[in-house]
Amino acid sequence: MSRRYLLPVLPALTLLAMLGPVGAGLWGTFLPAFGHLPAAGLTGPSLDPFRDLFGWAGLPRAMMLSIGTGLLATVISLAIVMLVTAGWSGTRPFLMLERALSPLLAVPHAAAAFGLAFLIAPSGWLARLTSPGLTGWDRPPDLLIVQDSWGLAMTAGLIVKEVPFLLLITLAALGQADAQRSVRVAQALGYRRLTGWLKTVFPRVYAQIRPPIYVVLAYAMSVVDVAIILGPNTPPSLSVQIVKWMSHPDLAFRLEAAAGALLQLALVIGALVVWRIGETIVAALGRRWIASGARGKADAVVAGGALVAGTFSALAVLLGLVVLAIWSFAGFWSFPAALPDEMTLRNWLRFGPGTLKALGETAVIAVTAAMIALILTIGCLEAEYRHNIRVSQRAVWLLYLPLLVPQTAFLPGLQTLMLNIGADVGRWPVMLAHLVFVLPYVFLSLADPFRAWDTRMGVIAAALGASPDRVLWRVRLPMLLRPVLTALAVGLAVSVGQYLPTLLIGGGRVATLTTEAVALASGGDRRAIGVYGLMQTGAALVPFALALLIPAIVWRNRKGLRHG
Amino acid sequence: MDKGLSLQNVTIFNGDAPLIRVHHDVAPGAVLTVMGPSGVGKSTLLAFITGTLAKDFKATGEVWLDGHNITHAPPHQRRVGILFQDDLLFPHLSVGANLAFGLPPGGTSIQRQAKIDAALSEVGLEGFAPRDPATLSGGQKARVALMRMLLSDPSALLLDEPFSRLDAALRAQVRDMVFDRARARALPVLMVTHDAEDAHAAGGVVITLGHGDTVPKR
Repeated sequence: MSRRYLLPVLPALTLLAMLGPVGAGLWGTFLPAFGHLPAAGLTGPSLDPFRDLFGWAGLPRAMMLSIGTGLLATVISLAIVMLVTAGWSGTRPFLMLERALSPLLAVPHAAAAFGLAFLIAPSGWLARLTSPGLTGWDRPPDLLIVQDSWGLAMTAGLIVKEVPFLLLITLAALGQADAQRSVRVAQALGYRRLTGWLKTVFPRVYAQIRPPIYVVLAYAMSVVDVAIILGPNTPPSLSVQIVKWMSHPDLAFRLEAAAGALLQLALVIGALVVWRIGETIVAALGRRWIASGARGKADAVVAGGALVAGTFSALAVLLGLVVLAIWSFAGFWSFPAALPDEMTLRNWLRFGPGTLKALGETAVIAVTAAMIALILTIGCLEAEYRHNIRVSQRAVWLLYLPLLVPQTAFLPGLQTLMLNIGADVGRWPVMLAHLVFVLPYVFLSLADPFRAWDTRMGVIAAALGASPDRVLWRVRLPMLLRPVLTALAVGLAVSVGQYLPTLLIGGGRVATLTTEAVALASGGDRRAIGVYGLMQTGAALVPFALALLIPAIVWRNRKGLRHG
Repeated sequence: MDKGLSLQNVTIFNGDAPLIRVHHDVAPGAVLTVMGPSGVGKSTLLAFITGTLAKDFKATGEVWLDGHNITHAPPHQRRVGILFQDDLLFPHLSVGANLAFGLPPGGTSIQRQAKIDAALSEVGLEGFAPRDPATLSGGQKARVALMRMLLSDPSALLLDEPFSRLDAALRAQVRDMVFDRARARALPVLMVTHDAEDAHAAGGVVITLGHGDTVPKR
């Protein structure tokens, strides 16, 4: 195919890469859920899988865990981010918190969850730091903190990871909401800062960040790796149970898994509907609050509380990484000593070779998926520019679709489908599965800076005789080097952190840092987890550092690009 | 007309409403000035001539340049140079590389470098080739932008409020330089501006939009 015809088909190809696996996976879930699984010699339709599912004694509890942790994590992280922004945006404490939270976005969920577990467990670092002085414990108390049956530790693990995500999304939306002037007007009318922000800016910001909030809700309800590390075991959350059924040697359990996957999908859709109704109720209450003219009374307390919560959220991840690092170098470490009796390289020598092998696999998959995503994204955006295509709000929702359908709803189906058609599991299918999740994030990261480029540069370059391809390669992409590398880093980080697609589509044979680290959760070897968790975090963070460093070096003599 | 820029019954519509209508020839070395307050669509006329009109607008009529109908030619093959009020030097390229970007391909690297050095010294910027454009003054940037455009060997020059960002003293100097260079190369020049002094200095025919030649908005 010649290049002239390639560009216009790229948007279609991109949509296919994102939505094809989701659609195929849902179809592959639907069939076995109604008893049709030729690979196991079963033909439907039948309702037995659902009968088995509803016969499982743990189901009500598993469903409640999914709904409860999902809604709670979303509400709390959203509240923290909104109130911190309302009370503090533009101030020094806010800037400091923003700087602390931004890099945490790249920390994989699993590493953050391990870090949190090592902090708050009865034998964790917090207990060690305060014992025996404050607590009087000279051995770990018999408390079920991590993996508590209410899923509170799991909820906390989700909150500390979603707060940085929502904060960055909110910061991006603030620029378009004319926030500063609105708050200044409100303050001139006698409103306190936080109340003024909530009444004037929040409605506009919320309308912009609504899709990512839905993503957070769908993700939190169906997360697997965080639930394995921090969530309860008896019973686990619905998504974890689905994965357990999927990995059962008896293929017949896949039917129950498929039925569970459809139930998980229904729960997420139901929760999104409930959330949507909640939005209208909050909006109605908010309008009454605005009409009342109340200037705000508890602003200082609420703002202070939000800042404390935001700080705790950042500290939980940062200290978690510190304690992972300590464990990775720890020799003998008795309770309640604050630090290990000896620091040693033995753990790294022992687990290092294994992590390097997993790092290689992780890197091959991540680089391939992220590069494909980047090429497709640039192709789409360039096609949009050259052919004057307008992107509607509805098309933007298509980008979020693969992130809204729970992973546990379509990935099991995709695996079953591949089993049925005799396709081989392994590295390539894993890359394509990663692409489903990498593509939306790369696109969302690059779209705004790409579209914000001064198109008069293109007019000038064309007037100088440069063809559209030359304008793209010689002018636009070099000028956009930093956002392009940042988008690539986002794609790498997303791929590095993927657990379920690697596990299910890889058929257990593709071992990345994330699957290896999560597999260590049940064993509880803190030194091994420390080594793997740090390597995983490094694999996600280093590309971001390079995305900052490379443009700074390449364009060190170009003042005009320093803030671009 | 064989040589020069010819706008034949060019009408630009915003949706269905006619915005501007121009029917005019610009001879080599002559200047046509289109005046009018901002918002009447002066810049859309230039966008139509460069082939970069936004989707919201439609246009009828033809643009001929040196005997060729370029109405439907791709922007990069029209040989129509343009200068904006901002210099729009490529921030990632040095001054010399910016000029090299404009210079058509061909020649040895020594020959190309010689042309670039000659262009720089023509506007009093000897030795500026390795500089970062962001470190230049406003007047220096304007001169580099002009030479970059001229090095690409255009057959016509469009000016989109090109002097409005410059302060009064610099303005006259840069303006004279642009018109001198255009005249020396016998380029037809089409300038849009809202500044009467620019129009006067151009010394050619002045069309004022908002009267006569425009179509009143419905």
